[in-house]
Amino acid sequence: MPPDAGRAAEKVARQSYGKLIAFLAARSRDVPAAEDALSEALASALRVWPERGIPGNPEAWLLVAARRNLMQAARHRTVEANAQTTISVAFEEAEERMNAAGSAVFPDERLKLLFACTHPAIDSSVHTALMLQTVPGIEAKIIARSFVVSPEAMSQRLVRAKVKIRDAGIPFAVPPRPALPGRLAAVLSAIYAAYGLGWDGLDGENERHSLAGEAIWLGRALLAVLPDEPEAVGLLSLMLHCEARRSARRGGDGRYVPLDEQDTTAWNAIMIAEADALLRKAGSFDRFGPFQCQAAIQSVHAARRLSGTTDWQALTTLYAALVMMKPTLGARVSQAAVIGRASSAAAGLEQLDKLDPRDIASYQPYWAVRAFLLTQVGDHTAAADAYMTAIGLSDSPAVRDFLAGRLKDARQAI
Amino acid sequence: MQYALIIREAAEDFARRSDPAYRDGWVAYSQALAQAGIMTGGAGLTGPETGTIVRRKGEDHDVQDGPYPDGKEQLGGFYLIDVPDMDTALEWAIRVPISDKGSVEVRPRLQM
Repeated sequence: MPPDAGRAAEKVARQSYGKLIAFLAARSRDVPAAEDALSEALASALRVWPERGIPGNPEAWLLVAARRNLMQAARHRTVEANAQTTISVAFEEAEERMNAAGSAVFPDERLKLLFACTHPAIDSSVHTALMLQTVPGIEAKIIARSFVVSPEAMSQRLVRAKVKIRDAGIPFAVPPRPALPGRLAAVLSAIYAAYGLGWDGLDGENERHSLAGEAIWLGRALLAVLPDEPEAVGLLSLMLHCEARRSARRGGDGRYVPLDEQDTTAWNAIMIAEADALLRKAGSFDRFGPFQCQAAIQSVHAARRLSGTTDWQALTTLYAALVMMKPTLGARVSQAAVIGRASSAAAGLEQLDKLDPRDIASYQPYWAVRAFLLTQVGDHTAAADAYMTAIGLSDSPAVRDFLAGRLKDARQAI
Repeated sequence: MQYALIIREAAEDFARRSDPAYRDGWVAYSQALAQAGIMTGGAGLTGPETGTIVRRKGEDHDVQDGPYPDGKEQLGGFYLIDVPDMDTALEWAIRVPISDKGSVEVRPRLQM
């Protein structure tokens, strides 16, 4: 096969997968059937295109082929005639929209899919996985690896969720205005969680890195259709800020490098500029929210590239706002770390002591921050003990080695 | 729900047991389990060369020095933890400070 035909098929599959699934499942809501039909269509594209050339509109070609497969499958299942009609009508509508070339209707279809995947009727623990599989079409195997579950368990969960979409009649639609903010929050969380999976998987796993890329792509797709949602703008800004620092997070020898020791010249200046421009744009709507707040926090860190210093006071203010809006454990632990820098280590420890012991027992960042602050106040014995717990809770060899170095220093200071 | 984390180490892992950094990793991991209040049992075991294997042979017993001749990994120890579900057990399994030559198997405890 000429490589370009294969490449063309892959490109269409990557860019249009979610959109095509949305079209194909628009009426029936039967995502699994749509997926089968589309993967068959892709297989025939790989057979036919190298011989007959790449069609002028590969997307439309795939849609027509997948539609044919669906109709055949429906005939096989001897679906009642009225369902057949429904499917046909849905397709004709879909094709009409497809052929209204260049209209912004495409991302809109993908967006409907995002809202279906993160519907409150779907267990929120599957939102991210379902979204990653349905919209950019990532293999369940890769998703399972990122979530640390067996591929079989992940597949079962995804199948269950898809059956529920079909059987519970979950709408493929952007929710009406009054319901939008609440529903959008679920979409944003799912995208950010996908980014987080890619962010964590840094120890030589390219697959996970691509999850971070997919999340950013989803963030952009969302913005294309909801340009006036400041939290969606804030989320993209936040992800770009984090992504800009990716290569600085490990030394040449694979060593873990904490944020305040990173070489700022290794940060991606173009991404930072885009992230800051987005943050300003979000601010112009005058509707502040947690994602904008987290993007602003990252923007303060990014400013060190030019000023050479970190404005801990500004970070204290931003974390206070974040904890007021969304008092997650992560936000509260980071807040304590920042207070430890802005005012005193003792004040930071005081913040940590306010947390519920049950919540932090196996929360690694808490123990790492606690150990650091205990070192600052000179309690090296307690610091060493906290470092031990932090090491035991780490799942990354690079982080473990970094903390072991700090543990050694603490022990020597006792 | 109780799960066993069955840890199999490779020959080089067993060789590293005298290395304080490797030992520290295990002490830290055990401490983290204890701190989380989920550890209900477990033990580290001495190397496979110290084992003795007993098999039934009809009316007699066949007694053999270890190690059990089986593959690249040998049982190094196990933990018994009490957590809500398999996902949480797997979260703990990926924290086990084992090299990429070894493995951790997660198995639910048999309910009697």
